[in-house]
Amino acid sequence: MNTFRQRFMGNPRVIAGLAWLGLVVLVAAAAPLIASHHPFEIVAEPFLIPSLEHPFGTDSLGRSIWAGLVHGARTTLVIAILATLASVAFGTLVGALAGYFGGLVDDGLMRLTEFFQTIPSFIFAIVLVAILTPSATSLIVAIAVVSWPPIARVVRGEVLSVKAREYVQAAVLVGQGDMAILFRQVLPNTLSPLIVTGSLLVATAILIESALSFLGLGAPNLMSWGFMVGAGRSFLRDAWWLVTIPGVAILLTVLSINLVGEGLNDALNPRLSDL
Amino acid sequence: MNQPVLGIEDLRVALPAWSDRPLAVDGVSLTIDRNEILCVVGESGSGKSVMAKSILGLLPAPHVRVVNGAIHFENRDLLRAGEGEMRAIRGGRISMIFQEPMVALNPLMKVGAQIDEIFRVHTNVGAQVRRRRVMELFSDVHLPDPERIPDSYPHELSGGQRQRVMIAMALALEPALIIADEPTTALDVTTQAQILTLLKELQGKHGTAVMFITHDFGVVAEVADRVVVMRDGKLIESGATGDVLRDPKADYTRALVSAVPSLHPRHESTGDRPAPALAIEGLNKIYGGRAGLFGGHGRRVHAVRDVSLEVPRGHSVALVGESGSGKSTLARCVVGLEKADGGDVLLNGENIAGYSRKQLKPYRHLVQMVFQDPFASLNPRHRVGDIIALGPTLRGTPRREAWDRAHELLGMVGLQPEAAGRFPHEFSGGQRQRIGIARALAMEPALILADEPVSALDVSVQKQVLDLLDELRRSLALSMLFITHDLRVAAHVCDEIAVMRHGEIVERGPTSEIFASPGHEYTRQLLDSVPGKGWEH
Amino acid sequence: MTGLRLLRYIVRRLLQAVPVILGVTVLCFLLLQLAPGDLAEVLAGESGGASAEYIQDLRARYGLDKPVLVQLAVYVRNVFLFDLGFSFRHSSKVSDLLLERMMPTLLLMGTTLVLSVGLGALSGLFAAIWVRTWRDHVISLGAIIAYATPLFWVGLMLILVFSVWLDWFPTSGMENVVMFYEGWDRALDVAHHLVLPAITLSLFYLALYARLMRATMLEQRGLDYVTTARAKGLTERQITFRHVLRNALLPVVTMAGVQVGALLGGSVVVESVFAWPGLGQLAFEALFSRDFNLLLGIFFISACLVVFVNIVVDVVYVLLDPRIKVDE
Repeated sequence: MNTFRQRFMGNPRVIAGLAWLGLVVLVAAAAPLIASHHPFEIVAEPFLIPSLEHPFGTDSLGRSIWAGLVHGARTTLVIAILATLASVAFGTLVGALAGYFGGLVDDGLMRLTEFFQTIPSFIFAIVLVAILTPSATSLIVAIAVVSWPPIARVVRGEVLSVKAREYVQAAVLVGQGDMAILFRQVLPNTLSPLIVTGSLLVATAILIESALSFLGLGAPNLMSWGFMVGAGRSFLRDAWWLVTIPGVAILLTVLSINLVGEGLNDALNPRLSDL
Repeated sequence: MNQPVLGIEDLRVALPAWSDRPLAVDGVSLTIDRNEILCVVGESGSGKSVMAKSILGLLPAPHVRVVNGAIHFENRDLLRAGEGEMRAIRGGRISMIFQEPMVALNPLMKVGAQIDEIFRVHTNVGAQVRRRRVMELFSDVHLPDPERIPDSYPHELSGGQRQRVMIAMALALEPALIIADEPTTALDVTTQAQILTLLKELQGKHGTAVMFITHDFGVVAEVADRVVVMRDGKLIESGATGDVLRDPKADYTRALVSAVPSLHPRHESTGDRPAPALAIEGLNKIYGGRAGLFGGHGRRVHAVRDVSLEVPRGHSVALVGESGSGKSTLARCVVGLEKADGGDVLLNGENIAGYSRKQLKPYRHLVQMVFQDPFASLNPRHRVGDIIALGPTLRGTPRREAWDRAHELLGMVGLQPEAAGRFPHEFSGGQRQRIGIARALAMEPALILADEPVSALDVSVQKQVLDLLDELRRSLALSMLFITHDLRVAAHVCDEIAVMRHGEIVERGPTSEIFASPGHEYTRQLLDSVPGKGWEH
Repeated sequence: MTGLRLLRYIVRRLLQAVPVILGVTVLCFLLLQLAPGDLAEVLAGESGGASAEYIQDLRARYGLDKPVLVQLAVYVRNVFLFDLGFSFRHSSKVSDLLLERMMPTLLLMGTTLVLSVGLGALSGLFAAIWVRTWRDHVISLGAIIAYATPLFWVGLMLILVFSVWLDWFPTSGMENVVMFYEGWDRALDVAHHLVLPAITLSLFYLALYARLMRATMLEQRGLDYVTTARAKGLTERQITFRHVLRNALLPVVTMAGVQVGALLGGSVVVESVFAWPGLGQLAFEALFSRDFNLLLGIFFISACLVVFVNIVVDVVYVLLDPRIKVDE
């Protein structure tokens, strides 16, 4: 049996995904160094087709698409990651309490989770951002509010199964307290499915963020990939690259995260990959 | 001389590259005659199941594959038969019965239809004839109400009924050979006895050859005509059942046979009864009955009913019962993992029934448990030393001191003290049970509650763990409540026994007396059901 | 399963839906409180140009001078009477608008559901049958790419290729209104308009169900009952279609139920890309006119729709799986 590291890093899909993600993160981190222009600055004539001078062309106002892509990577990644962290934190809390304490606590929290899973999440996110007025914060809040239920369910399921294991009973018998048992005995053993679900959630968060930005609900003053597609859609007929290029960026990034997330899953649960 | 029904010749089955050994089956040759039950005995990992599966070509390809040998059956070599030819043999000439009838049946298909399918695949008879044959089969395996059962889904039947369905399925086309892979391991002992009787009856009636795979020498003594013993893929010994059981040739077989606990109680009751370490009086536990938020009433289950029981200091008492008898629930009430609905639990004279978790804290150390599943009873992320030292540290022992004590305890349970620095996954099942025992001892309890502590272990390891528990109990003057479904185990370690059924204790008393003259009908039935009861080594 | 027991089950599920709908109503009320301005201003629609008297009238009708709990009670009563207010932008009652725009969305959703579940399950099934061959790799690769593609971008790319370059399908709308088609001609025209939006919305879910179906097929094939079937002498084909398929469909049905809400969300994006005159397009318009009350009406009706479809899915599940107990 190979080690986790061999199984994970020996997977060509994971390597491809990590390579693209590494590039995006690098570009996002070094955005001001790489793109000399501010993304909203007019640098040339509008509708320039990609060329050597303007590698990805210019948009309807003559802004550099390259600068937009680079700064957009920043916005998209930061919003998606912060939203994911928030929903993982909240979802874990809800799932852990529900699964560990059971009974009425479980009933109440699970009703709440089911409720949030039933209401159409994307429309809820639209309403939230619209009412909170669009900003980076309201995007993060909206995405987190609609994304936590799956995390809560995964954590609850895992906590229920770990809680039934005998080492947890043994800990009760030697007098360990509830919170210590939850945090030292139970939660550490639910980590691997949580990591997998959490990493896949980043991809979903990017898709929601770009769809909201596409509808014009993005953070004003922040360039993002979804906004670029939305701004370019009216010029589809004459300037196809305005829409195509940022769309490809979203696609590749989401794809890479999914590949890495699935690679994690296969490496953590080796039996499935043996099939 | 009759030609054997099946002949296996120098069979070798390769395991995938990542396994701990190259061959699952390593050069096995054997034959089965008509009208014969051949038992294949071995512990887990002996390759007995892989050998059986390769007869029908059911190995999980492509990882596990046959690399050498021949399997002769009705004038052909099954290893070289085409896919179509094999399909005609499967279910038609050779059929198979599996261990877990719940998962071996399709959950979404009525059981009648699952048997009917065999006739549809292998014969051309019409629907009415098939329906009649299915009902005949169901009455052959003594299923009640053969009109109704065919229209049931597997989840609507009991474990024993499901296994009868599997047997009916195996008999459908009167095959020449039936391969039964641990067919009674998942069943309760009384059900097991019924299924074994049924198998023998039907085998005698049809003259079928049966290959019966088991880990249990009691079962071997019960059913086998001939027996082969396997270990690490190799055939260790073969011979007539009586010869092998009475006078095993190979050391390994001898060790295995002598590891089976005797049904003769080892401990005579001494007669003196010191004050009880544990006294249970009129204990009740009821599950369910709580109304849901939106109507709907959970079914009420009276899991433990008016149970009274005592464990005198320094004695060991066995609590014996089948699954669903309430014995585990009783145990959970005693250690405070579950709150009893009335009744008293006196630990060293202190009534802890109904205590909250906070109130229980000062009494926690008095009773400690040894658990059933060696793979679930140790936290995989904690070091063995920390697992053992956790309890004492929580009670205020300095960490250093607790770790030193953990080293000592590991030595006491027969492990190297250095084991403290390692993680549970580095140990075998038997070693993990030893660690679990050390954890319980670390609290210096007055009472050890052992919940089926050896039922997940191989026979040879079982014996070692039982002997260790017995020895520790005597040297440390511990009291022990020992929960088991296995009367042999009870006879081996306990001087008193209480028999439980449907939440009630039907009989209790000194082990030797109850074994000699059981007072209650159910106790007698349990004793009669022990496989191989007539055989003593 | 007798019809009566099933009926009782359906009635019970409908009753269980009441608190959920109530919860959605309360949530709408809370969101209205969050919006800038007082309730009357929000209800009137900020850019609706309502007269001062009308706002006064609203304040009185919603009891805005009364405590919040009374306001909530009034609001809940109104919603349960399906009085969702008035949209000045559209000069129409919100409830009328919703009913009018519901049909196109239902058409789009229904088509998508059938397409994605049907084709998704089918491609997952075949990928599992052909596991680890080039055909499986093609299906799996297609699925993982479709699973990562933003809906709006798929829509725009399809328009670019099939409308702008090839001119096979119209770019927007649900029908060619100037042609005044009737009967079958009209149905054909709508179907022609439906092709691109339905494909756009289906692609993601198709990929989702295909991946799920493939995974459960492979998982089920490793279970003991499949070994039993093999030991009975069934062919691989019989095993797949008689035994594995139905077991593997159960998680897909569950997932289809879970995804209905997301499907409605996706239709907002798709409808706004294709100017499909449904609830999603209405939501997009409401966003731009900052007509929060209309937006909440859409949110409310979508939630009701999801609850209803979930009940349908549960009933289907009960019919598929005999292990589900309907009378608890």
